[in-house]
Amino acid sequence: MGTALDVRVKRAGKVYRDGEILSGVVVITSKDTVQHQGISLTMEGSVNLQLSAKNVGVFEAFCNTAKPIQIINSTIEMVKPGKLPSGKTEIPFEFPLQMKGNKVLYETYHGVFVNIQYTLRCDMRRSLLAKDLTKTCEFIVHSLSQKGKLLPSPVDFTITPETLQNVKERASLPKFLIRGHLNSTNCVITQPLTGELVVESTEAAVKSIELQLVRVETCGCAEGYARDATEIQNIQIADGDVCRGLPIPIHMVFPRLFTCPTLETTNFKVEFEVNIVVLLHDDHLITENFPLKLCRM
Amino acid sequence: YFLRHARSRNYVSESEVCKLESVPLDFGDYHPLKPITVTESKTKKMNRKGSTSSTSSSSSSSVMDPLSSVLDGTDPLSLFAAAADPVTAAPPTDGARRKRDKDESSTVGSDFEPWSSKRGEILARYTTTEKLSINLYMGSEKGKATSTGSAVSEKVRTRLEELDDLEEGSQKELLNLTQQDYMNRIEELNQSLKDAWSSDQKVKALKIVIQCSKLLSDTTVIQFYPSKFVLITDILDTFGKLVYERILSMCVDNRVSLPDNFSPESVNDTAKETCLNWFFKIASIRELIPRFYVEAAILKCNKFLSKTGISECLPRLTSMIRGIGDPLVAVYARAYLCRVGMEVAPQLKESLNKNFFDFLLTFKQIHGDTVQNQLVVQCVEIPLYLTLYSPAIDWILQCIAYHAPDVLLTEMMERCKKLGNNALLLNSVMSAFRAEFIAARSMDFIGMIKECDESGFPKHLLFRSLGLNLALADPPENDRLQILNEAWKVITKLKNPQDYINCAEVWVEYTCRHFTKREVNTVLADVIKHMTPDRAFEDAYPQLQSIIQKVITYIYDFALLFSVEKFLPFLDMFQKESVRVEVCKCIMESFIKHQQESTKDPVILNALLHVCKTMHDSVNALTLEDEKRTLAALINGFIKMVSFGRDFEQQLSFYVEARSMFCNLEPVLVQLIHSVNQLAMETRRVMKGNHSRKTAAFVRACVAFCFITIPSLSSIFTRLNLYLHSGQVALANQCLSQADAFFKAAVSLVPEVPKMISVDGKMRPSDAFLLEFLCNFFSTLLVVPDHPEQGVLFLVRGLLNVIQDYTWEDNSDDKVRIYTNVLHLLSAMTQEAYIYHVDKVDSNDTLYGGDSKFLAEINKLSETVVSQILDHLKTLGKEETLKRQSQLALYFFNTILAHGDLRNNRLNQLSVNLWNLAQKHGFADTKTMVKTLEYIKRRSKQPELSHFTELAPRLPLQSRT
Repeated sequence: MGTALDVRVKRAGKVYRDGEILSGVVVITSKDTVQHQGISLTMEGSVNLQLSAKNVGVFEAFCNTAKPIQIINSTIEMVKPGKLPSGKTEIPFEFPLQMKGNKVLYETYHGVFVNIQYTLRCDMRRSLLAKDLTKTCEFIVHSLSQKGKLLPSPVDFTITPETLQNVKERASLPKFLIRGHLNSTNCVITQPLTGELVVESTEAAVKSIELQLVRVETCGCAEGYARDATEIQNIQIADGDVCRGLPIPIHMVFPRLFTCPTLETTNFKVEFEVNIVVLLHDDHLITENFPLKLCRM
Repeated sequence: YFLRHARSRNYVSESEVCKLESVPLDFGDYHPLKPITVTESKTKKMNRKGSTSSTSSSSSSSVMDPLSSVLDGTDPLSLFAAAADPVTAAPPTDGARRKRDKDESSTVGSDFEPWSSKRGEILARYTTTEKLSINLYMGSEKGKATSTGSAVSEKVRTRLEELDDLEEGSQKELLNLTQQDYMNRIEELNQSLKDAWSSDQKVKALKIVIQCSKLLSDTTVIQFYPSKFVLITDILDTFGKLVYERILSMCVDNRVSLPDNFSPESVNDTAKETCLNWFFKIASIRELIPRFYVEAAILKCNKFLSKTGISECLPRLTSMIRGIGDPLVAVYARAYLCRVGMEVAPQLKESLNKNFFDFLLTFKQIHGDTVQNQLVVQCVEIPLYLTLYSPAIDWILQCIAYHAPDVLLTEMMERCKKLGNNALLLNSVMSAFRAEFIAARSMDFIGMIKECDESGFPKHLLFRSLGLNLALADPPENDRLQILNEAWKVITKLKNPQDYINCAEVWVEYTCRHFTKREVNTVLADVIKHMTPDRAFEDAYPQLQSIIQKVITYIYDFALLFSVEKFLPFLDMFQKESVRVEVCKCIMESFIKHQQESTKDPVILNALLHVCKTMHDSVNALTLEDEKRTLAALINGFIKMVSFGRDFEQQLSFYVEARSMFCNLEPVLVQLIHSVNQLAMETRRVMKGNHSRKTAAFVRACVAFCFITIPSLSSIFTRLNLYLHSGQVALANQCLSQADAFFKAAVSLVPEVPKMISVDGKMRPSDAFLLEFLCNFFSTLLVVPDHPEQGVLFLVRGLLNVIQDYTWEDNSDDKVRIYTNVLHLLSAMTQEAYIYHVDKVDSNDTLYGGDSKFLAEINKLSETVVSQILDHLKTLGKEETLKRQSQLALYFFNTILAHGDLRNNRLNQLSVNLWNLAQKHGFADTKTMVKTLEYIKRRSKQPELSHFTELAPRLPLQSRT
């Protein structure tokens, strides 16, 4: 035993873009010499779609859901069968990240129903007596900067009992007036979502104000689709009964991996929304929804 | 059977011969006792310790050739000192950088009162007896919603508590903690944070920190909140430091760490990525308060990412606090941000100001319903609640006021005024702003205090704060009296003695500083008036004590001090003994420090005797040695300062009184004996040695004083030395029979000397002390004339008998050494004229005039002594004692050489025998023997010692083989 396999990419952040060269080393450490039947390295990129449990029954017939969509796949033989000396052996490698035709290299995204993932897998095949060794290493793909200027799309909002939808008993609602704005709903993914919110007045004390980042994932094909919205993160921006009339900053950093530029393909869609959730002391929950458009500049 | 012949000597001529040639010493150059000074050679640069030139990274620091550097004139130690000193070891660019730093004011000077000094104060002040609770939940965020709540049964809860602390997913609620428990728990958390960090469990560490900062959103037991803040921000500081250092250590490239002022470009990608990761992780913390605190804690890490990181972060964090609804929680969050900001980037003043303005904007919340309801639930009164804000506001204002221009301070003041001139703010302004600033506007402040909207914040605290400023800085000359009057008018009306004394304590200093004893007296009288009813002083000892301290700091002329009528009545308020003694000690210390001339002022004497008596009376069986020593030293200091000039009688009666007062402190008695002895000698000096009948009687009174005081001492050597000393004084004053009495007492005391005595708390053999004393005693005995009714050399014989009977330590040669020294005495006694005399006292040389009977008596004595010595030498013939034999023989030989008349054959033969005995077994030090022989040869050149010429050849030198 004692043979360890490791794949290391050169960049500390493991972030690569279309057209760049993914380089790194495979590191094999062993006390003794290593006999092997060849070492190969595979670069894989795929989109995994999953249907939520409630929809499975309906769509199974139409779509072959479980089947991942392959984006990129290439393998190179690094070392021919033979022996490796004892100690640490480093084998450098390079992969060009180049898409064929007009296929797009989607950005890495870890969601619930949609997963876009890129990995490097190193396999060391060995004789019957010893187990084959495998090591995978995820690397992250960022899509290229979108062309053109991002147009800021500021949104002002006012929330009062009257503006709400889905209210059961409008009469029982306490009076309140919350005003605010988002600096833009077109967001650069590396920049935080910003804005301000002012609690002008409320009858009931404020318990908490939160920003809920939601992903809306749509899977499907021509025949039908499943659309699911799930929470990515919830960021509290006000805790307790805040001062009236004082602007409270809205600020949310988009988490890495769990967000990507808004994506729309024939098979699936990934979109984002933000909810401003105001929780009052009498347990009234007020939500205001804003669709976002994320992009990478 | 051995006749001893003492060499006759002419002391005068001898002393001339023996006088040392005076050698002029060049003190400037070298002195053996001068400490070796290691001069730090600042110019020397040293490469890293142990560096082989392989990684010479900074090309600027050239390696010094160690040899050449020594030749430069700096010794190796200095070079080490230079190397050890990081300042000088740093590359030369450091100096320039430091300078630049200063210009940018990116470091806080030492004149900024650091947080650490506030810490203890807050912890001590904001305490509670209520039960506290800690709720820690170490799980993922999502799980919380389902598992928390009171629905969890007690059983499950205890079971959860049994689970390993802080494990993933465990929830821990600790209820009913006392304050101390709580603090211990927090300390445990701090420890487990460090443990988690060091065992590489970074996520766990982060979770601990998040949970801890979450505790800061909990305002139950609100009066403890400031202390809680202190405890938890300690943890945050720890965390911030850990993260920063970890990332910094990742930047170490080729074993060269980054300089202090590194730029983000020099940070490598891995470090940056790690740093970025931390920020992303923290940005996703759900709750506002932990997210704020944790990010603030690692604010410094922004330096790794970008130059402007901190200056962008600070305003964002500042406005983030607006989301905190509870005004108390928010203001402490601001205080923390200011604290971190001052530490990391003190030049960014904007955020500090913004924090304060934001606070002012939310100020109205304090009186809002939410807060008021909370206070009602917790049964906390508004005045108490408001004081909880002080540490935070003080801190924020202190940060703002640091090196701020007066314009800004004025603006701040105006802003506070606009907000209804609030008492809470006014108080913080006074405690945070520069004292000079406040003092110069004292009258304005008094006006504001009077007008200000109290809204529950106690006004006496405002006056206290103002007083504190005035103690530090002086208000304009013209306003001074008016300020005091205005302030005192309010202070004196305070009903609650605690409130009153807290204020008065502060204002006493101002009064002492600027006014005369009349005002001080009035103030003291007022304090007495307030504190006496219901024995209120009992709860205010610390403050009263500090008042006394302030008074004696400013009025150290004791004549003036005691003329302040209310000073002594004030002292009477200290009725608890321990406090009273402390106060007395302070007074005495100040007296000893400041009293320049000795005094006989009856007011001072009376008062201080009273003070000293108080200290003395506090001594009991349980008093520590150290304490006794301190007290005695203070009393002694006082006694030394008392002088009635030429009125010796009065002086003596003072000493007598003092003795009766301070009989429990031995060092004081010793001092008194010395003082009385000194007094006797002073009398002698005044009378130029010729006592009149009156002075003779007075001197005898002094002697009698000593004689009866000495036996009351417990230390035997003190007694012996004092007997001897007092005997000498008596002798000098021609009180012969009294001197005899002293010496007799000393002789009869010698047998009582124990073998071991305690020196500085350790048991030590007493022989060295005894030897020293006896030699001293013998020297005195030379000049003591024989008593007409007692036999010849009565005292010497008596002492010899005592020495003979004294149980000496086995295998010690002390007895023989003493005998040898006795021979010195006896030889000196046979001289025609003694080497020294006491003025106006006839010693034996005059009394007997060289009478042969007297000489024969001495000879008989010497014979006995010599035979004793020789007997002892014989007993040392055993293998293990040969070395001692050799040493003693040589010692005896030297004695004979110096004092014996070697023309006498038998003595001559004895000396030769001793010489041989000393060398016989090869234990003699050859060098010493050679030197001795050379000495003999040199002396033989003198005409009266020509017989030495014959002696020398008879003394063979044995070379050791």
